[in-house]
Amino acid sequence: MASEQEPGFFERLSKLAGYTLRRGTKLHAELERLQRQLDRLTEEETDEEIWRRVQLARDDERPYTLDYAERIFDDFFELHGDRGRVDDAAVVTGLGKLEGQTVALIGQQKGRDLKERLARNFGMAYPEGYGKAMRVMELAERHRFPLLTLVDTPGAYPGVAAEQHGQGGAIARTQAIMARLGVPTVTVIIGEGGSGGAVALAVADKVLMQENAIYSVISPEGCASILWRDASQAQKAAAAFRPDAAHCLELGVIDGIVPEPVGGAQIDHELAAELLREAVAGSFAELENASSAERRRARRAKFRAMGVLA
Amino acid sequence: MSSPRVDVSIENKRAESSQDDAKGHPNTCPSCGSHYRDDELERHLRVCPHCGHHFPVRALERIAQLSDPGSFAEAAADLRSADPLGFVDLRPYVERLAEAEQATGLGDAMVIGTARIDGSPCALAVMDFAFMGGSMGSVVGEKFVRACDLAGEKRIPLVSVAASGGARMQEGILALMQLPKTVCAVEELHEAGIALISVMTHPTTGGLLASFASLGDVLLAEPGALMSFAGPRVVQQTTREKLPDDFGRAEQNLRFGHIDAIVPRDELRPTVGRLLRLFGSHGE
Repeated sequence: MASEQEPGFFERLSKLAGYTLRRGTKLHAELERLQRQLDRLTEEETDEEIWRRVQLARDDERPYTLDYAERIFDDFFELHGDRGRVDDAAVVTGLGKLEGQTVALIGQQKGRDLKERLARNFGMAYPEGYGKAMRVMELAERHRFPLLTLVDTPGAYPGVAAEQHGQGGAIARTQAIMARLGVPTVTVIIGEGGSGGAVALAVADKVLMQENAIYSVISPEGCASILWRDASQAQKAAAAFRPDAAHCLELGVIDGIVPEPVGGAQIDHELAAELLREAVAGSFAELENASSAERRRARRAKFRAMGVLA
Repeated sequence: MSSPRVDVSIENKRAESSQDDAKGHPNTCPSCGSHYRDDELERHLRVCPHCGHHFPVRALERIAQLSDPGSFAEAAADLRSADPLGFVDLRPYVERLAEAEQATGLGDAMVIGTARIDGSPCALAVMDFAFMGGSMGSVVGEKFVRACDLAGEKRIPLVSVAASGGARMQEGILALMQLPKTVCAVEELHEAGIALISVMTHPTTGGLLASFASLGDVLLAEPGALMSFAGPRVVQQTTREKLPDDFGRAEQNLRFGHIDAIVPRDELRPTVGRLLRLFGSHGE
């Protein structure tokens, strides 16, 4: 790993550690463990370790959006429908109380069993799902509710009807609304952050990733089939573009990493939710003192700076 | 049971979209088989005089077709891609970049600047499919944002011409970040009351359709242009559905209400000129 990028990386990590510690010392041990783990990652992460994270991000027992909603909020009330055509179950929306404050939630939702997976289309939204997200974003803005988005999707659904209903435009407009919001916005990638379908919900003031989440422009399988002309080279592809949280933090794509229970979030949903709640509440606390205009300006400036030029 | 692993990403789709373009000689019409000398095709704006098929147009030629003679001033021509991931697939990314620059004479897949169209001043952001399938990486994103800046500083409309398979995989997650980056720049234009005319040409797919290209105040497309988020092959493989004949084409997009008009290439310049006047660009 390029040593010239390390100072910025550790600065960001220590910022994350700093605000979390202010909010409760019980995370201290967890953060120390994360720090050790990240120290090790920056030294060297093998192809197998990266692939292990891809597998953890996709683990069937990993907590999904609704698992977190019922644990991190008091009085979660689910909202349904895009007010036009349908209720896309791949996207979950609602309102809940987080530390006494009403927060709007939007998240992608995979299914736990076969029936639910089909009903939720494996977490792959149609344009109507983004329509549902957009109307809840507007609701949040109207009532000055901070917005939390939880990203967990292989990608937006690639189908004939999805294209006919304007998948690309829906993803573009969802990002545009997020760029426009004045309320504090926090995104956490809690599993798979698959390409355009993920970034549609991730144009936030603070974008965090769970320790074993992935965020990528293309699935490792898709990348392998195009560039290596062989989908079975997915492990090699993942190692080449590195979708893991530490790498995204290093590139300045995300603002922090949310620790998970040892072995992954699937092992202890309660602890995973508690760690997530701490990080989200801490991020909102950091954002609440700025004005709408300041948040908007800072958010756009952050995304504007993304990319590496020669 | 685990989730199905389908390719639902916005990768550069040049592999499949080039199939229909690259049969035989580039100057042989893939639609009717007529063959042309290069100067003939150029004279006809690279539209087949026999059947109306629209051939691809390189960025500088497109700018010459659209803008008043001698009015174009290029900006940010010196921007070049870095290789933030040290990306190597079958070949190193830096090698692909060098080869693309040598083959196209361009620094990356977008050319920006200011020009006049039918007398109206505007900023231009024009993509070139010949440079790595028009894929959007850090340089394309940065150039688009700088074109927005030019439009904002001079208070003139921006005309964008897309031709791209999507995000540039070799830049990984940073390529994906060019979507929100360009979207944020369009938001600032909208707020400043500056018009964005977005022209979509074959192909405008994946990350382009899911970012600035879809956010113009007016959306125009060339006849037959493929404009889908997921490519036809991906949709076919994922859903096993029989695809409609005009799947993802400009004509389908017009029918479903996603674009304002389909404009044949010989009408593009006067049409954009009319729109610039309607939006109030009268020169300074």
